[in-house]
Amino acid sequence: MSKTKVMEFVKKYTMILVLILVTAFFAWQTEGKILLPQNINNLIAQNAYVFVLATGMLLCILTGGNIDLSVGSVVCFVGAVGATMMETYEMNMWLSILIMLLVGLAIGAWQGFWIAFVRIPPFITTLSGMLVFRGLSNVVLNGMTVSITNETFVKIFGGGADCYVPDFFGGNGFNITCMLAGVIACAIFALTQFRGYFARKKKGYETGSFNAMLAKVIVLCAVLLWFTYNLSLHKGIPAALVWVIVVVLIYGYITSMTTTGRYFYAVGGNEKATKLSGINTDKVYFIAYTNMGLLAALAGMLTIARMTSAQPTYGQNYEMDAIGSCFIGGASAYGGVGTVPGVIIGAVLMGVINLGMSIMGVDANYQRVVKGLVLLAAVIFDVVSKRKSQ
Amino acid sequence: MAKILLEMKNITKTFPGVKALDNVNLQVEEGEIHALVGENGAGKSTLMNVLSGIYPYGTYEGDIIYNGETCKFSKIKDSEEKGIVIIHQELALIPYMTIGENMFLGNERGKKAAIDWNETYGQADIHLKTVGLKESSRTLIKDIGVGKQQLVEIAKALAKNAKLLILDEPTASLNETDSQALLDLLLKFKKEGMTCIIISHKLNEVAYVADKITVIRDGATIETLVKGVDEFSEERIIKGMVGREIADSFPKRPGVKIGEVNLEVKNWTVYHPLYSERKVCDNVSIKVHKGEVVGISGLMGAGRTELAMSIFGKSYGTNISGQLFINGQEVHLKNERDAINHKLAYVTEDRKGNGLILSNPIKTNTTLANMAGVSSHGIIDKDKEFAVAEEYREKLRTKCPTVEQNVGNLSGGNQQKVLLAKWMFADPDVLILDEPTRGIDVGAKYEIYCIINELAAAGKSVIMISSELPEVLGMSDRIYVMNEGRIVGELSHEEATQEVIMSCILKSSKGE
Repeated sequence: MSKTKVMEFVKKYTMILVLILVTAFFAWQTEGKILLPQNINNLIAQNAYVFVLATGMLLCILTGGNIDLSVGSVVCFVGAVGATMMETYEMNMWLSILIMLLVGLAIGAWQGFWIAFVRIPPFITTLSGMLVFRGLSNVVLNGMTVSITNETFVKIFGGGADCYVPDFFGGNGFNITCMLAGVIACAIFALTQFRGYFARKKKGYETGSFNAMLAKVIVLCAVLLWFTYNLSLHKGIPAALVWVIVVVLIYGYITSMTTTGRYFYAVGGNEKATKLSGINTDKVYFIAYTNMGLLAALAGMLTIARMTSAQPTYGQNYEMDAIGSCFIGGASAYGGVGTVPGVIIGAVLMGVINLGMSIMGVDANYQRVVKGLVLLAAVIFDVVSKRKSQ
Repeated sequence: MAKILLEMKNITKTFPGVKALDNVNLQVEEGEIHALVGENGAGKSTLMNVLSGIYPYGTYEGDIIYNGETCKFSKIKDSEEKGIVIIHQELALIPYMTIGENMFLGNERGKKAAIDWNETYGQADIHLKTVGLKESSRTLIKDIGVGKQQLVEIAKALAKNAKLLILDEPTASLNETDSQALLDLLLKFKKEGMTCIIISHKLNEVAYVADKITVIRDGATIETLVKGVDEFSEERIIKGMVGREIADSFPKRPGVKIGEVNLEVKNWTVYHPLYSERKVCDNVSIKVHKGEVVGISGLMGAGRTELAMSIFGKSYGTNISGQLFINGQEVHLKNERDAINHKLAYVTEDRKGNGLILSNPIKTNTTLANMAGVSSHGIIDKDKEFAVAEEYREKLRTKCPTVEQNVGNLSGGNQQKVLLAKWMFADPDVLILDEPTRGIDVGAKYEIYCIINELAAAGKSVIMISSELPEVLGMSDRIYVMNEGRIVGELSHEEATQEVIMSCILKSSKGE
C-alpha cells in the first residue's frame, strides 16, 4: 500500500483504530480483566440506553448539529409514568408499555412541533423540555422511589439478575443459543455482502476490490464470533442487547436505505438546496425530534427495568452520553455527516473508557475529566480534518 | 498635473480556474473622483479587494503604490491605517447597535478595557454633521432607512481618517433623492481634498460625479476617459463596457421548431419577504414556448432571481399575486414539490448555497430532486441510483473519478454539471436556469451551452437568466430585459444587441 492509501485507510477507520488501541491499553492495564465475558456483558447492559439514545440523537444531529437536551428528563418521566401505572395502579403491563411509548412520542411531537414549524431553536426548546419533564417526573413520583415488581417487564427489558435470552438448547455453562445466533448472523452478513458484490458485477456496476470486501467480511465475522463466544461463556445474550440490535438495525436501515433517511443528510448538508429540491424540510426536523421522544421512551423502559425501580433522579446526564457518542462516532457538529455504525462505535468507545477506568479504580471525577477531553478531541479532529480537505 | 495618490501596476489575480484580473493598471490622482465601470464580473470588486487588503499581499501579482510608497497589505486594518477605506455594496452595519457604536466598531474610543462613550458619541455626532445626517448617534441602525445607513457608512469611513474612499455601488439600494444627496456629498468632499473611487452601474450618476472613468472588461483595463477631454455620454461608456467581439463561443442552435406556449406568467407581482412594502417583481408578464430558449437580461438586483424563485413554488417572496399557466391551464403552486410535480425546475445561481450538498457524493446530489425515480415505497435502490448518476456523468461529461466523490471536491464547472444533472433527472418541461455559467471556465461554459441547446431540441422550454450579455445574445431565441423588478424590454434574437439591452436598462432607470 502506498503512503496515501495508508493515510486514507487510517482516516476512514480512525475511530475503529482508536477503539482497538484504547481496548488494548485497558486490557494491558487491567491485566485482561476488561475482556472477561462478564465485563463484556456489563458493558452492554450498562450502556444499552446510550446505544438507543445515541441512535435517536444522531438523527437530530444530522439535521444540522442540533441536539436534544431533554432526553435524560424524558427517560426519567416515561419511566416514572410507566412505573406508576404498573405498580401504583396495577395496570396491564402491555398496555403500560404502549402508553409509555405513546407518551414518549407525544413529548417528541410537542418539541418537534415548536422546532420544526415555529422554528424555535432546538437548544432552547429541549432545554425547556429538560426542566419541564424533570419537574413532572418528580410530580408523578411524588419525589419517591417506586419499585418495579413486575418480573416479566424486568426480564423483557433486560433488568434484574436473570436478564438473558434463555438457552433453548440447554448447554451446560456454554450458551448454545447465543453462539448459534452469532454464527447465523455471520452467515447472513457474509451472504448479503457476497450477493451484493456479484449482483453489482453482473449488472456491470463498479464493485471495488474483491479482496478488500473479503477482508472486511473476515474481520467483522471474526470479531462477531469472538464476541458471541465470550457471551456464551458467561450467560448468553443479554436481553438489553436484543433491543439494541433491533434499534441499530432498524435505524441503520432507515438512514442508509430509505428516502426519509436521505433527507436527514440532505437537510444537514444544505437546507436551502434541500428545500429547493422539493423536500419538506420542516417535516424532517419534526420527524427527528418526534422519533427522539420515541427512543427516549424505550431507553426509559430499559432504565427502569435495569434498576427495577423508578426514581426522580434517573436519566441525569443521559443526553450528554448520547451527544458525546455521536460526536465521538464521527457525526459532524455541523450536521449532514454521521452513520449509525459510527455512533455505535462512539458509544462503545465511551463505554470501554468508562468500564476500563472503573476496573482500574480511577476516581469517578477523573473519569469525567477523561471523557470530556475525549469528546473535545473527537470534535477537534472532525473540524480540523474538514478544514484540511477544503 | 496633480499628484498621483494611488497607482496599481500590472495587477493579476487568479482564482482556481479563472483569471479574475489580468494586468490591470489604475492611476488615481489626489482629489479626484475616479469611477470604475464594467459589467458584472468584470473584476471591479476584485480589484478593490486587492487594494484594501482583503486579498492579502502575495495572493496577487503586481504592485500597489500609494502616496509614493509600495504597499504590502496583509489585512484590511493595514490599508485602513493608510487611509484607504472601502464601503461595500452590502452594508456592514449591525442593526441592534447604535450609530455611534457601529461607527467605531473595531476602532473604539478610549482605552481597551474602558470605552469612552462620551468621546464615542461626541465624535460620532461631529462626523454625522459632516455627512449631513440629522440623527442622534444614539439611534439604533435598524431604526433608520437604507439611505441614512449609507451615510452612516461614509461617516464611519471618515472616523477612520479616510484619505481615499472607495464606494462599491453606493446608490444601488437608494432612491433618486438619496442618491442625488450622496453624489453631492461626494462632490463636497472632493472640494475638501478627499479622493474617491466609485464603482457604479448607473452611468448617468457616473457621468455626473466623476473626473475620470476607467472601464474594466473581462479583468482588464480597457480605457480611461477623462472629463473635458473625452466624451462622457452613456453611449460612449457602454461602448467601452461591452465592446468585446463575440467570437465563436456559442454552439450553433439546431433549427428547432418552436411549439406552443408552455409556461406563461401574467401580472406577476412579488413583495420582499422581510420588507413587505418593497415590490421586488412588479407586474411581470412573460411566456416561454416549447423548444425555445428565452433569456432574461438585467443587472444584479433587477429581480430576476426573485421572479424565478417566486414562480418555482413560491420559494421566494410574500404577497405573490398574478397568474401562472402551464400548457394553457392555470395552476397554483403551493411549494417546491408542487412545482416539480408540474414539471418545473429551477437551477439556482448559487450552486454552493442553494443548489448542491457539498458534503454529499455526486450520486445522492443527482437524485435528490427526484428520489421517487430511484426508490419504491421509500426504499432506495442504490444500484439504480448509481446507474442514474453514471448515466448523467457520461451524458454531461462530468469530470470526476467516480460518482461516489463528494461534490465539494469538484471544480465549479463540474459542480454546475452535477446541478444540471439533478434537475434533468427530475424530468422537467420548463427549466429556469439562473446564471448557469457563473464562475466557470470557458470550456465548461461551452459544454453547458450545448446541453441547453440539447434540452431545447428535445422540446423543453428553457428560461435562462444571465448577467453576461454575450451569453444572453448568443443563446436566446427571445430576450426579456428586466430592471428594478419590471420587464423593460422584449427583444427578438435579431433585434437584440448589447447596446440595445443596456439602453433599455439605463432608460428605465432614469425614468424613475
